[in-house]
Amino acid sequence: MKFYKVRDMDFLMDDNFPRPLVALAGNPNTGKSTIFNALTGLKQHTGNWPGKTVSLARGTFYHRNVKFCVVDLPGTYSLLANSLEEQVARNFILFNRPDVMLVITDATCLERNLNLALQIMEITDRIIVCVNLIDEAAKKGIYVDGDVLSKELGVPVVATAARRGIGLFELKEMIFKVYSGKVKPSPRKVNYGEELEKAIGELVPRLENTFSGRINPRWAALSIISGDYSIEDLEELVKIRDESREESAYGYSFFSQLPGNRGLK
Amino acid sequence: MEKHVITLDRLPIGKTGRVAAILHKGLSRRRFLDLGFVPGTLITTYFTSFTGDPTAYRIRGTTIALRKEDSSKILVITE
Repeated sequence: MKFYKVRDMDFLMDDNFPRPLVALAGNPNTGKSTIFNALTGLKQHTGNWPGKTVSLARGTFYHRNVKFCVVDLPGTYSLLANSLEEQVARNFILFNRPDVMLVITDATCLERNLNLALQIMEITDRIIVCVNLIDEAAKKGIYVDGDVLSKELGVPVVATAARRGIGLFELKEMIFKVYSGKVKPSPRKVNYGEELEKAIGELVPRLENTFSGRINPRWAALSIISGDYSIEDLEELVKIRDESREESAYGYSFFSQLPGNRGLK
Repeated sequence: MEKHVITLDRLPIGKTGRVAAILHKGLSRRRFLDLGFVPGTLITTYFTSFTGDPTAYRIRGTTIALRKEDSSKILVITE
């Protein structure tokens, strides 16, 4: 497996994206690009298949006199950075820290889509879940209760049918509200149990010191503990991982026993 | 009916089972979890390719094709 170094991705490193920055993430074929086009008025046509160059579409829209920059991230099922697409999406969310993170989900198979939403909720708080394709879902007799979903996730939920322009105004309103702080999402955090939470608790202060707000420390701690290979490209993180592994005083006896860690060194 | 645990590659076309366990380790285990292969999930063998491998499965509203080497490491419960 090849790991692409973050510094190779020039577009990620330059922080030239105008603010406020809105990033769109979602599984493939959830109408992410349709939403992007509807927001920006562009006619971006994209496809996601192996071999296709990963690129980020970028556009702007105005709402309530604020000029929002919108970036369309590659469609992925996960943020584990198994593929270049996933790595681009993850690094963008980690390093460019969008002001508003929009996760587009497909109402016809919401269950599958919420996995990505959950992973993004572990990186950033400023997140809106957009349940798209509600027209398609209605045809199949599926109705999504946005209020209940919003309560469960702890983040705002907007239902749309982007192809017909339904819900787009509400979506822009919500983007504006989250950006301006009128709505403060508080994503529900997964509790990983006593043992892991203790390990997370010990790693977090250390990660906070090193990254001083550049990377979400809880996410970084989880990546270290889960033996996530994809952090190999984040040199500082790898350093902390190796250090903490060597310090038996840290109490990570279980650390070396995790299956994902075996092949790492 | 009696319950059986078999590997996914032995689930006949048109039959439905429930994912019981994933025997993959590390990254590929995580990958399968990301794709929706979570214990308890219903899975149906959809159709198989001309050569018999890979085989397409319906799981959580989508179709996913797996090679035998991968599907043989996923256990399903059938009734």
